[in-house]
Amino acid sequence: MSNKKKYWKNLAELNQNNNSAFTELQNKEFVQEIPVDEFLADKDNLENSSTNRRDFLKYIGFSTAAATLAACEGPVVKSIPYVVQPKEIIPGVANYYATTIGNGYDFANILIKNREGRPIKVEKNKLASDSKSANARVHASILDLYDNGRLAQPVKDNMPISWFSFEYETKSKLEEISSSSKEIVLLTQTFASPSTKKLISEFKSKYNNVNHIVYDAISHTKALSAFEARYGIRGLPNYDFSKTKVIVSIAADFLGDWQGGGFDCSYAKGRIPDKGIMSRHIQFESNMTLSGANADLRVPTLVEEQKLIVLEIYKKLVGNNIDLDSEISLDPKLKKIVDETIVEIQSNPSGAVIITGLQDENFQSLILEINEKIKSSSYQPQKTILTRNGNDSNVNDLVQRMNSGEIGAIIMAGVNPIYTLSNSDEFLSGLEKVELSISFSMKEDETSSSVRYIAATNHYLESWCDYELVKNEFSLSQPVIKTLFDTKQFQELLLVWTDNKMSIHDYIKNNWNSNILDSASWNQALHDGIFIRKSSKIEKMEMLASPLKFIHYSKSFDKISRINSSGFQLNLYPKTGMGDGQHANNPWLQEFPDPLTRATWDNYLTISEFDAKKYGLYLEPSTFFNQSRNDADGGLNGKYVIIKSNGKQIKAPVLIQPGQARGTVGLAFGYGRTKGVKDEMMTGVNAFSLYHDSNNIQNVEIEETDGIHEFALIQLQNTLMGRGDIIKETTLEVFNTSDKDIWNSEAVVSLNHIETPVSSPDVDLWQEFDRSIGHHFNLSIDLNACTGCGACVIACHAENNVPVVGKSEVRKSRDMHWLRIDRYYSSEDSFLGDDNKKDNISGLGSSLTSFGELEKASENPQVAFQPIMCQHCNHAPCETVCPVAASSHGRQGQNHMAYNRCVGTRYCANNCPYKVRRFNWFLYNENDEFDYHMNNDLGRMVINPDVTVRSRGVMEKCSFCIQNTQAVILKAKREGRPVAKGEFNDTCACASACSSGAMRFGDINEEGSKIAELKKNKRAYHLLDAVGTKPNVVYQVKVRNIKNNV
Amino acid sequence: MASHYEAPIRRPLVGGEKSYHDVTVDIAKPIETRANRQWWIVFTISLVMFLWGLGCIIYTVSTGIGVWGLNKTVGWAWDITNFVWWVGIGHAGTLISAVLLLFRQKWRMAINRSAEAMTIFSVIQAGLFPIIHMGRPWLAYWMLPIPNGFGSLWVNFNSPLLWDVFAISTYLSVSLVFWWTGLLPDFAMIRDRAIKPFQKKIYSILSFGWSGRAKDWQRFEEVSLVLAGLATPLVLSVHTIVSFDFATSVIPGWHTTIFPPYFVAGAIFSGFAMVQTLLIIMRKVCNMESYITLQHIELMNIVIMITGSIVGVAYITELFIAWYSGVEYEQYAFLNRATGPYAWAYWAMMSCNVFSPQFMWFKRLRTSIMFSFFISIVVNIGMWFERFVIIVTSLHRDYLPSSWTMFSPTFIDISIFVGTIGFFFVLFLLYARTFPVIAQAEVKTILKSSGEKYKKLRDNGKSLVGTGADYRTSKIKKSI
Repeated sequence: MSNKKKYWKNLAELNQNNNSAFTELQNKEFVQEIPVDEFLADKDNLENSSTNRRDFLKYIGFSTAAATLAACEGPVVKSIPYVVQPKEIIPGVANYYATTIGNGYDFANILIKNREGRPIKVEKNKLASDSKSANARVHASILDLYDNGRLAQPVKDNMPISWFSFEYETKSKLEEISSSSKEIVLLTQTFASPSTKKLISEFKSKYNNVNHIVYDAISHTKALSAFEARYGIRGLPNYDFSKTKVIVSIAADFLGDWQGGGFDCSYAKGRIPDKGIMSRHIQFESNMTLSGANADLRVPTLVEEQKLIVLEIYKKLVGNNIDLDSEISLDPKLKKIVDETIVEIQSNPSGAVIITGLQDENFQSLILEINEKIKSSSYQPQKTILTRNGNDSNVNDLVQRMNSGEIGAIIMAGVNPIYTLSNSDEFLSGLEKVELSISFSMKEDETSSSVRYIAATNHYLESWCDYELVKNEFSLSQPVIKTLFDTKQFQELLLVWTDNKMSIHDYIKNNWNSNILDSASWNQALHDGIFIRKSSKIEKMEMLASPLKFIHYSKSFDKISRINSSGFQLNLYPKTGMGDGQHANNPWLQEFPDPLTRATWDNYLTISEFDAKKYGLYLEPSTFFNQSRNDADGGLNGKYVIIKSNGKQIKAPVLIQPGQARGTVGLAFGYGRTKGVKDEMMTGVNAFSLYHDSNNIQNVEIEETDGIHEFALIQLQNTLMGRGDIIKETTLEVFNTSDKDIWNSEAVVSLNHIETPVSSPDVDLWQEFDRSIGHHFNLSIDLNACTGCGACVIACHAENNVPVVGKSEVRKSRDMHWLRIDRYYSSEDSFLGDDNKKDNISGLGSSLTSFGELEKASENPQVAFQPIMCQHCNHAPCETVCPVAASSHGRQGQNHMAYNRCVGTRYCANNCPYKVRRFNWFLYNENDEFDYHMNNDLGRMVINPDVTVRSRGVMEKCSFCIQNTQAVILKAKREGRPVAKGEFNDTCACASACSSGAMRFGDINEEGSKIAELKKNKRAYHLLDAVGTKPNVVYQVKVRNIKNNV
Repeated sequence: MASHYEAPIRRPLVGGEKSYHDVTVDIAKPIETRANRQWWIVFTISLVMFLWGLGCIIYTVSTGIGVWGLNKTVGWAWDITNFVWWVGIGHAGTLISAVLLLFRQKWRMAINRSAEAMTIFSVIQAGLFPIIHMGRPWLAYWMLPIPNGFGSLWVNFNSPLLWDVFAISTYLSVSLVFWWTGLLPDFAMIRDRAIKPFQKKIYSILSFGWSGRAKDWQRFEEVSLVLAGLATPLVLSVHTIVSFDFATSVIPGWHTTIFPPYFVAGAIFSGFAMVQTLLIIMRKVCNMESYITLQHIELMNIVIMITGSIVGVAYITELFIAWYSGVEYEQYAFLNRATGPYAWAYWAMMSCNVFSPQFMWFKRLRTSIMFSFFISIVVNIGMWFERFVIIVTSLHRDYLPSSWTMFSPTFIDISIFVGTIGFFFVLFLLYARTFPVIAQAEVKTILKSSGEKYKKLRDNGKSLVGTGADYRTSKIKKSI
């Protein structure tokens, strides 16, 4: 039924057919004729009725103003409301999803905090094991999702194409190649993913002649081969240090990225001396590493010495089936230390463990054997680590075969060989000979910009995946946001290429249901993010290879003997912040200070002071007349050197590193990226170019060259100046045998000539109020458990929208970090020695020389880490001085900072004894001068909506994550109940990120809470208690397991 | 003649055998004549400096405090150094006009006008810094306890910065009123001499209708005395409160109980040095040698010498107390001051402030105009360094060695300081051409304080007619 309805305004219109007058009228705009001509013709009238000048100006003025106003655009806030609100999203309430990161270098089980559909922060997955918790890089990885340099769609020959044609073209090409004699190569990261493994095998069976090569940028090949030879499975042995009595590490930075990292949690557990026992940690190494910094005894050694030490230990503990050339022997001093170490091991063999980072299959095997022999309880080969699986020789082989034209297609995923291979030029020339080259990449990086097809790939937070990180410990990765761009993950393409119509989700689910879950719930596994296969399924680890019978060790055997006197042993190492370099475009990590050197935005050649002086690389301290080592604003300078090795040379700045073994130098991987990163992030030099044969030890020659490099250090003074009350420490022996007052005495003040503790109300200037009512938050930091890893630093950035300021600003000491980890070197052999030296100063002459000496770090110093954030003093010096009361005390112990009240006098920062307040010197967001994540729409998506983004001119600082404690209170309030026990525990971003348990946050007024207990612990002390600030952050005295002062 | 004992006659405070009329003419001259070339040159330079500094202030306010050399550890440096320096300079004016008035030191009359002008102009410079050093200076009014719509927000009366606001504004207003009161009869004098109607109008407004009646003079005297009484405690309070900015903090090197007297002495020291600098130039340029005599210069030198020595004692006391306290942070702060990376600043301060005024023990040196001028400049440099040393060397190495940094000024830091010097001289030069630079009404009261001239005339047997010795003889001269 068609609609013939007609609407009319009057009868004439209704009957218009017979009404010509109406039609005529309708066609006219005006009913009556406008007498325009008449009006214009009437000249007299026009001339008489003039608009006078003033009126004219008024009209002009008004119309100009109106036009101007109309031309202005008001600020447009783009916000699109939900048409249908998703059930699970409540604005203002965060959702958490369990997922797993596995980028080939970092593997961790995590929770992702989502706000209004945006993933904004990495949190700890409390169900997962501590050893799988997030490190600093994983915490920062969320920012990579919002990288505005990401590829938005697939690319062919530098032109964007559609996925449809990408899939069609690549598939037909692959089919064509598979029918030819040429090989198809999959060059991938270590996935440790059962479903990906299955997909690859399906891919292999569809296209014959497929070779899957796994490539780890930073090689673990030697350790993997040794383990494989021994146990028949390609993986790495696991260790649990929580109950270990003696840890002997020979060049293994196990608190860093050794074997994929994650050992710091169990290590920290074994370092808590509260029951009178703690592990003893002996470290033999060349570079100063996090592990060496935490060791009780650190011995700087050369690689050949490290090898001899392994042999020495092996001989004593396993058997004397080693033949040494007579001229090779350990230095007597070193021999003594090693002998003592062996005695310590022998006193409790099963309580000891020996680990090594030597990239040598034989020595790796020896270590496995030693640990088996002493029946080390910490040694867990059955819990095999599967997150490293690369094989260097296959990669080298591939390069050659590519060049000889044997390879028809190469598909790369999760790797960037042109950046990470030392022979990248050969790889590049080989790549040109390959017919079909595909790279799965989020960025147009070094490798993907040289291939035919770039498959724009997902961030891990947009992807499905599964993992088996440790044997029989499975985990799942789920997308927490829809793909931001038109991207696909590698596994999806594998499905396409194998003609599988399933979605990747269904594929993984099927695979899990049939092969992994054993009828356990998929939904539960997805919710938990992890699934641990029942113990009955765990096969017993069987030793395949028989123990090594005989090793002949001679000088010729050791490829790393020193060539000549000008040669150095270069130790290549991954930096805590940058790892293998895939996060180079991440401003948080660029600005993340190295835990040891405290340098940001850089890598550099670390060298001992002795060698630097010997080779003229040492810059004298600056004086008024000579501004060499430091600029007038304190910025550190360094000389440049040319590092020559295997016919390659790179120019790098030199940084003097206390603790660096003489004759060795260190250089970090992960820097010197040239493509796919912003100009600001192209920092440092590419150490991979020296990574010849994937050996982390290289013989190099060093030559001074022109120029002065400007470093951006967050900390300029390296030593503690004998100020033992800042980091209180003692030895285990004293701790166990002496009274608390000996090693943790409280500051006293004279009241009527009687020494009174500063915490006594009698010496309090203020009227104390009752703090036992309501919540009162405290944070405890255990200096024994803190390894200095820096996960808290990045977690704090992410939680609190801490701005990135760039290298030049950091150099001016204007970093914005709310939480920093101070690192101190001792000036004498130990910090206690520093204290003694300071106490023994008498007279002016002695103070001048002694303080001058105390400013310099020792050659092999003790190291101490101290995380510092706002101490939330109950008697805060900042609060009294703020003229506008922007800094005020909260009822729950926090020292509040009202940003919009702050006028920016900086008086509070000056008067803060802890120097934790940070001033917004510039506008760091939406300012073209600072091109970091806060300055583009995509990058700003990471901003936590619960925390104000500070404007310029205001002071900011740690708030004890008040948004999180408030969220807990509000939740309880909404649910009409008191806050449950333990609900506040670790709600601070730093404490929740701390996998070693060094930081504990909670309510001290909550009965029986961990934090209340820690506050009363006999190791507890307040930083600078003599100032009388009464902080709400409490530190636990550092106890070193030092015997006879070594 | 000299058969009897003759008490030594005081040296005349006004030289050059001036009559009352001469005084009027001399003081009105710069106002009534055109500026000379030198004035224009100096004024242009000052104006350029001022405008340049103003540009840098605008740049700072529009870009952020980051354009200065400050950092996370050193949150104040040149800004507050300049602030304290200018406030300190502003001290001499009130001391000269109020304290010396109460003590009946008549020599002050020749210099108090300019000293007070200097006070007001330097307090204006000083006042600039606390405002521009703020991260958000457009909210500076939040420092005032004014009723507001921000809820229950109120200023923090615990904060020494707030005390500063009150101290400085009180000081500025009292000084201004005091200055203006003294100016009233002089403005009236200019008004009465003015020929051009515009000038007459302006000066009649400025003189608040001064009529010269006995009642006017009586009230004038009363107000002067009352204001002097009010201003005297201010001399002590302003710099005491400024010193509280540091003394009430917890930073070693700042937290010092000696600061109030030490700052006040230092302020008087630097203030007198600045008065010396300005007046040595002005007496030459404006031909005021008869009024600002060598005696004035010598007396001011003595004040400089004494206050400099007080400051020196304070420096040494600080060092002693640091050692005696046994507080390691305090000890290190002072050791670092004297021997650390900023030792050059410390020793610059020491030599300028403590050693250089000791030359004034020698009469020849303290009566040498060139040397006095030189020392006055040296003292002002030294006092600037004193504030720099206190602020920067205490902050740059405080409790936690991890936060130790260095400070280096940027181009903008320097430019703003230079700009305030320019601004100060712009104001002072304008003042020198439009205001009676010497309190002529007061000076006229001391014209006869010495009988030396009349004694000489009498000894020579000459007439006193026309000498201004007596109204009767002067009257006769006038009739001729």
